[in-house]
Amino acid sequence: MYSHNGDSFFVVDGHVHFWDASPANWVTGQEQYAKGWIECFHAYMGLGPEETHWPIEKFQKYSEEDFVKDVFEDGYVDVGIFQSTYLKEWYREGFNTLEKNAELVEKYPDRLIANGRWDPREGDAGLKQLEEDAERYNLKGVKLYTAEWYQGSRGWSLKSPESQRFLEKCQELGITNIHVHKGPTIWPLDKDAFDVSDVDYVATNFPELNFIVEHVGLPRIEDFCFMATQEPNVYAGLAVVIGGLMHARPRFFAKVMGELLFWVGEDKMLWASDYAIWEPRWQVEGFVDWTSPEDVEFSDYPRLTTDGKKKILGLNAAKLYGIDVPEELQLPDEAGTPAAREDAQLVDSA
Amino acid sequence: MNTRTRVLEALSEVHDPELDEPITSLGFVTSCAVSPAGDVEILLRLPTPQCAPNFAYLMAADARNVLRRLPEVGQITVRLDDHYTGEEINAAIARGEGFTGAFPGETDDDQLDSLRELFERKALVARQARLCEAMLADGATPEQVTARRVADLPDVPDARRCLELRGRLGITCDQGSPAFVAPNGEPLAAHELTQWLRKARLVRTSLDVNGGICRSLLQIRSQGPAEQEEAGT
Repeated sequence: MYSHNGDSFFVVDGHVHFWDASPANWVTGQEQYAKGWIECFHAYMGLGPEETHWPIEKFQKYSEEDFVKDVFEDGYVDVGIFQSTYLKEWYREGFNTLEKNAELVEKYPDRLIANGRWDPREGDAGLKQLEEDAERYNLKGVKLYTAEWYQGSRGWSLKSPESQRFLEKCQELGITNIHVHKGPTIWPLDKDAFDVSDVDYVATNFPELNFIVEHVGLPRIEDFCFMATQEPNVYAGLAVVIGGLMHARPRFFAKVMGELLFWVGEDKMLWASDYAIWEPRWQVEGFVDWTSPEDVEFSDYPRLTTDGKKKILGLNAAKLYGIDVPEELQLPDEAGTPAAREDAQLVDSA
Repeated sequence: MNTRTRVLEALSEVHDPELDEPITSLGFVTSCAVSPAGDVEILLRLPTPQCAPNFAYLMAADARNVLRRLPEVGQITVRLDDHYTGEEINAAIARGEGFTGAFPGETDDDQLDSLRELFERKALVARQARLCEAMLADGATPEQVTARRVADLPDVPDARRCLELRGRLGITCDQGSPAFVAPNGEPLAAHELTQWLRKARLVRTSLDVNGGICRSLLQIRSQGPAEQEEAGT
């Protein structure tokens, strides 16, 4: 929880990691990719305030104590959601797997949620694994990387027939939150890994599922926004938007926020720190303090109120994940329903 | 004007396909050496060693192509500096091969062409939005704006680039053709202008933001402190 000027915010961090990218975990022969991946992340950390930068050694592998301090104690986060990222082609034990994340969830069961993953290219074995994971870890969400390598294949599409089987399975198992990484990536070579048209397709076919587009399709925000206005069950995952822009490029940040508020709406935006790329503390404090510039350039964007910030910082995600929010941190009825699906159509017809 | 100046001038025609900005003003050209015999060696350094290989290839190949048009230039070497696929791309460029030459079996050149075209259309939308907003800010009505012809466009970089992009995309750009067109080349109607502009502004914001992130990352890479304010918006 974060309290400021008499307002209190319930904070759900929709995207946290506890990774091991240290050289000991690099796959032999793939060192350049393992090293390149974490160095690329580390460069992004440089977009945050200088006093929050870490040396690369700590960034490659940080401790559980670091995590608890940065996220729960200093970072105001009530509940953090792990987005498991395997990358086993590069990291021997994976980058941050569900198994690893689940160990921390066991220690902090009320403070952490671990999302699973699936990959349609794994076929029946993958479906079986998903069933087992869902049962063991009580999965409510998955994180999907459509650009991930797998046995010579360099990516996949949500539109593929195999993907439909996995999405049906999610629906059956009550895994309702499908986070899709559509953002900065390293490979594949020729396909546009940021293309969100496959999300458009499955959002229509699976209206019961929520699709959270991580990194809002950056660097193709426009494609994401045009798609999100059409689909009531598509949400904007703000990891990178706040961490990457609010400090480094404040005017661009204000424009992106203005556009997202216009096209997607405050009920469908979910804050996430992307820890350990950026620490949550400065993001939460800065976002609560943030106001759009007064210039004419920003004049026709919707204004974000304190209630809107409460939704974005936690209440929307709490709704999607069924997290109990203390009475005093909820919104009064007239402030609208967090994560309301109708918002998309309202904006569309505006 | 000496050869090096002409080389740099030619390189300013090469645009980052994703950002639609010259590689020279983005700071990607880190070294430009011209020997007494007119041999040219160019080093390109992108914001991160992991910048997308497809766009990286396009910039390196385009750089080589513009330099080949300069008669006084002899041997041309264009190299990506410290890029994780630099070796493959540099070798393909040196052999004068396409993207498939760099990564045989992993891609095809048609897909690369359509990706480039997609971004040229986005760039055209974004540049037009800026010109259009300026006209509206000067008091023109939507009817007046959509009635403007190419001949009415001001002689500013955005307008020149629009015409260049239209040429590349096969959209007519003679003096009498409409100043503003949809991405498919159709003229814009006055009643659609507000809605079109709302979308176009988002495309422009997207390109601007990407450019901003790239500049920040490039700066971090060259060890300087990150810039705090973007120059203009």
